[in-house]
Amino acid sequence: MTITLSPMAALFAGVFGVLVVASVAGFVLKWKVADGGQHPTIDNLIARVNAWWAMVVVLGVAFAFGKAGVVVLFAAVSFLALREFVSLVYTRPSDHAVLAATFFVVLPLQYALVAIGWYGLYSVMIPVYAFLLLPIFAAFGRDTRRFLERAAKVQYAVMLTVYGISYVPALTTLAIPGGDGLLLIAWLVIVVQSSDVLQYVWGKLLGRTKVAPELSPSKTVEGLIGGVASATALGAALWWVTPFTPWQAAAMALVVNAMGFLGGLVMSAIKRDRGVKDWGTLIEGHGGMLDRMDSIVFAAPVFFHLLRYWWA
Amino acid sequence: MIGPVRRIAAGVVGWAICAFARALTGARALWKGCAPVPEQRIYYGNHTSHGDFVLIYASLPPLLRHATRPVAGSDYWDTSALRRFVIHDVFDGVTLDRTRATPGEDPVAIMAAALDRGASLILFPEGTRNTTDESLLPFKSGLWHLASRRPDVPAVPVWIENLNRVMPKGAAIPVPLLCTLTFGVPVRIAAGEPKDAYLGRARDALAALCPPRE
Repeated sequence: MTITLSPMAALFAGVFGVLVVASVAGFVLKWKVADGGQHPTIDNLIARVNAWWAMVVVLGVAFAFGKAGVVVLFAAVSFLALREFVSLVYTRPSDHAVLAATFFVVLPLQYALVAIGWYGLYSVMIPVYAFLLLPIFAAFGRDTRRFLERAAKVQYAVMLTVYGISYVPALTTLAIPGGDGLLLIAWLVIVVQSSDVLQYVWGKLLGRTKVAPELSPSKTVEGLIGGVASATALGAALWWVTPFTPWQAAAMALVVNAMGFLGGLVMSAIKRDRGVKDWGTLIEGHGGMLDRMDSIVFAAPVFFHLLRYWWA
Repeated sequence: MIGPVRRIAAGVVGWAICAFARALTGARALWKGCAPVPEQRIYYGNHTSHGDFVLIYASLPPLLRHATRPVAGSDYWDTSALRRFVIHDVFDGVTLDRTRATPGEDPVAIMAAALDRGASLILFPEGTRNTTDESLLPFKSGLWHLASRRPDVPAVPVWIENLNRVMPKGAAIPVPLLCTLTFGVPVRIAAGEPKDAYLGRARDALAALCPPRE
């Protein structure tokens, strides 16, 4: 008897398999190496794996609700990411109305436009209209102190946390022959997140040479090369859920992994400038929502537009 | 409303207010100078927003929360049925008339009586909301009077960060921003310690918890 799984079920089965292995490995390390006692690295590893279980379950529930599910999920992700970002930047009481507008107008509007698939507006609403209207709104606050800096930070916040992340559910609005939006989301998330995880793993195993110690103390050349190479191989191996040939899948995976890595450097630079290690404490072992999403923020828009130029 | 219904309503409203405050702000409590143990204390914080006492109250573990009463101005809270319900039924607050319009009322005696019944208190020694660029206003003398009369109860400084950005004065809609509450080292009054010395120490202990300003 053969059981045939849908591609989506096969992807989730694969992810569950990896998590089972990771959980068992964490358990074994805890008892063999740490004798069941405290061990910062192993405890952090176990916390990370447990958080992954929770994140995969949340993703699975959203996918079960289809396109509406992923729009709502990533709107919530944007909300949490925007809150983390704005909490860390300098604003003044006169920015209150602008900040309220980003949370309660810009964010819901962007995801509503994605939900109805209005590409002509969701692709320009934040870079054009929010870009022009938010500083106008801020000027009504009649407070010039550090005005340029404040206006720039609010725009950068919505670009990263709302615009960038909204490109993930926007993948469901592309009409691609042989492509399914939810599968493309699953592929993107698996490739980019596995790149993060594999960079961490390779870095822990072989990491010697720091890539950019001024920006991020933990990223190493060995982790970068090993992580990106193995995640790119994984992306190529999963070509069968995408409209790509294996070589195209490898090229796309390399692009999104490179964007993800470089995006991680940018976000690390911002965190360092703000004097913090993590964006928040929402996800045990990982930090905040933005610590988990930083690679996706930079990878998703590029992935979307490459798909749109050449496949849609 | 009759007794039990009012009590149940107060419980539900209290739960809802605390849940909303935590969901909006993430209300992360950092117990740096002391542990969240059920010990009688006077929690005193920086006052920048109407939500201050709610956030301290909501960030305490339930066991401590139910033994803790906010000190609030009756000149504000006792002016309508809804406010009276919130401050007395929901938060079991200790209300004092800050305008001193009630002849013969001794605010320190009222707070001391609440301590004698075993409650912990939440109070804001600046007396009024700080809307200046200074991190703290000068302290009013109430904290010293209370500490002198009940020297066994330590005062725990609580720095509330970011809440003034969530809801600045005059704003109608709260903006969801992450807030942290840092609980510092308890301050104990020395025998016969003069007012200015004690208040200076208490204010320094609170100011020490404030993150560096830009």
